[in-house]
Amino acid sequence: MFTKKNKPKKFTLVRKRVPFLFILPWIIGFIVFTLGPLVFSLIMSLFDWPIAGEAKFIGFDNFKTMFTADPQFYDSLVITLKFALIFVPLNLLVALVLALLITQPIKGIKIFRTIFYLPAVVSGVAVSIIWGWMFNSEYGVLNYILSLLGIEGPDWLIDPKWAIITIVIASAWGVGTMMLIFYTDIKGIPYEMYEAASIDGAGPIRQFISITIPTITPTILFNVITSVIAALQQLTLVLLLTGGGPLKSTYFYGLFVYNNAFKHHELGYASANAWFMFIIILLLTMLIFKSSSAWVFYEAEVKKERKGRKRK
Amino acid sequence: MKITRKHKIIVYSILVLFSLYFLFPFIWAFITAIKSEAEVFSFPPKFVPDVPLLSNFIDAWNSQPFGTYFKNSMIVTVLTTIGQLISCSLVAYGFARYDFKYKNILFMLLLSTMMIPWDVTMIPLYMEFNMFGWINTLKPLIVPAFFGSAYNIFLLRQFLMNIPKDLENAARIDGANEFQIFYKIFLPIMKAPLTLIAVLNIILVWNDYLGPLIYLNDQSKYTMALGLASFQGVHELQIIPIMAMTLVMIIPPVIVFAFAQKYIVEGISGSIK
Repeated sequence: MFTKKNKPKKFTLVRKRVPFLFILPWIIGFIVFTLGPLVFSLIMSLFDWPIAGEAKFIGFDNFKTMFTADPQFYDSLVITLKFALIFVPLNLLVALVLALLITQPIKGIKIFRTIFYLPAVVSGVAVSIIWGWMFNSEYGVLNYILSLLGIEGPDWLIDPKWAIITIVIASAWGVGTMMLIFYTDIKGIPYEMYEAASIDGAGPIRQFISITIPTITPTILFNVITSVIAALQQLTLVLLLTGGGPLKSTYFYGLFVYNNAFKHHELGYASANAWFMFIIILLLTMLIFKSSSAWVFYEAEVKKERKGRKRK
Repeated sequence: MKITRKHKIIVYSILVLFSLYFLFPFIWAFITAIKSEAEVFSFPPKFVPDVPLLSNFIDAWNSQPFGTYFKNSMIVTVLTTIGQLISCSLVAYGFARYDFKYKNILFMLLLSTMMIPWDVTMIPLYMEFNMFGWINTLKPLIVPAFFGSAYNIFLLRQFLMNIPKDLENAARIDGANEFQIFYKIFLPIMKAPLTLIAVLNIILVWNDYLGPLIYLNDQSKYTMALGLASFQGVHELQIIPIMAMTLVMIIPPVIVFAFAQKYIVEGISGSIK
């Protein structure tokens, strides 16, 4: 029998345990597939750990080797940063332009939206195979089309100067997701804001700079961070399109770690490489976040500020 | 917004130009796939083959055990999707609808896992799965999905936060237990975001190359992505069957996308707010 006193007690007890039952799958998964491996990887980075044979504790030697004795470490790091430096701004710009285009109130725009998004549902394998064939310097259709325009196409995948550009072009094919994120945000901007601006005499470019851009800065921040992380971890395309060549011109950091682990079987060294990448990503993300207070405007903050001003 | 004729012409020309970039590779892959061998390696390249050979697709399919690859991909995709739907809905519900001790710390932990590069956990995970005896089986690709993924949980939790608390309180008064509330009331409400999660998972898992590359080495276990990539490596000059199978591989995600376009567009807008 429940008395009035113990009924609520039981109720709270249930509500204390039940939530943990719901989130239990994630807690188990987190320990087994994330935290455990994370800690283990940190330990491994302090060992000379071949795939077969004894692991030997060597302290920070892996990190020392990385910084002082392995030129491939610096080279691949520079290549990856170079790639990110071209890829991230270009991707953002293209995504933004496409998003603006598909918000235009004209006929058939949904078809274009579908076309632009379509490559994003296609895999890295398919992307690399299709673009690899188009970039083929002997039978590739791209250079043929360029020759029709009177341009002599480069040896895309064979010329070390062009290989990284080739990867940028192929990976920009998946810009659709970022475009959709921009698109939904731009669509959410109230129409009245533009109307008021145009009554005040602001042209489309002025409206874009003064209304669209400031409103979508949180989304820009989101896209910058996710694409920086994606660019630094790029691997599939490199693995399949160039294998790191020609002359190691596309030997990205992801490939460097992958090869150290699964080709050279130096698991400890590869773990040290991976942890360095983790730290770089953390630092970059923090840096972007820190800088964001200068250029990202949140609606809630703007409202608060307005309220504050009113009170004065 | 009023649009002038000139403005319209400019917009359409830019749209068409971009469409070429996004669409032409597919078209060119198809043109290549239905050519004869002589036409593929002729210069200048032909844009319309003399006789379109659709039989190339059948020959390509039979040139490798693509039936097995396709089946493996299907198994992995279907099972991971089921796993994600079950685990993510439970976990997101727990985080969104209850207050409990350490909730905020745990949720921050969940979000921070999204920032860990896969390189870091790749090697220990390989060793762990090796210890379980799972290498060269489909298990490493499937089992983790039953424990949720941070991105999906986050997305669902955002959705669930917007539903008024009265809903489950009313059900509690009516005598429903906590799991019944989840199952009978909330699960049906979550249909739209769950569809989005399913679609995103199907696209991601179907296309995954690195997972299968690391965990599978026996050809009979290969997925489509892995089979296709290795096929390309071995027969570099067989461009016709390679293009044909690439097109076959992209059919399932494109079909799923075609049916779920609405959910993707709406879901993405919901998840960033």
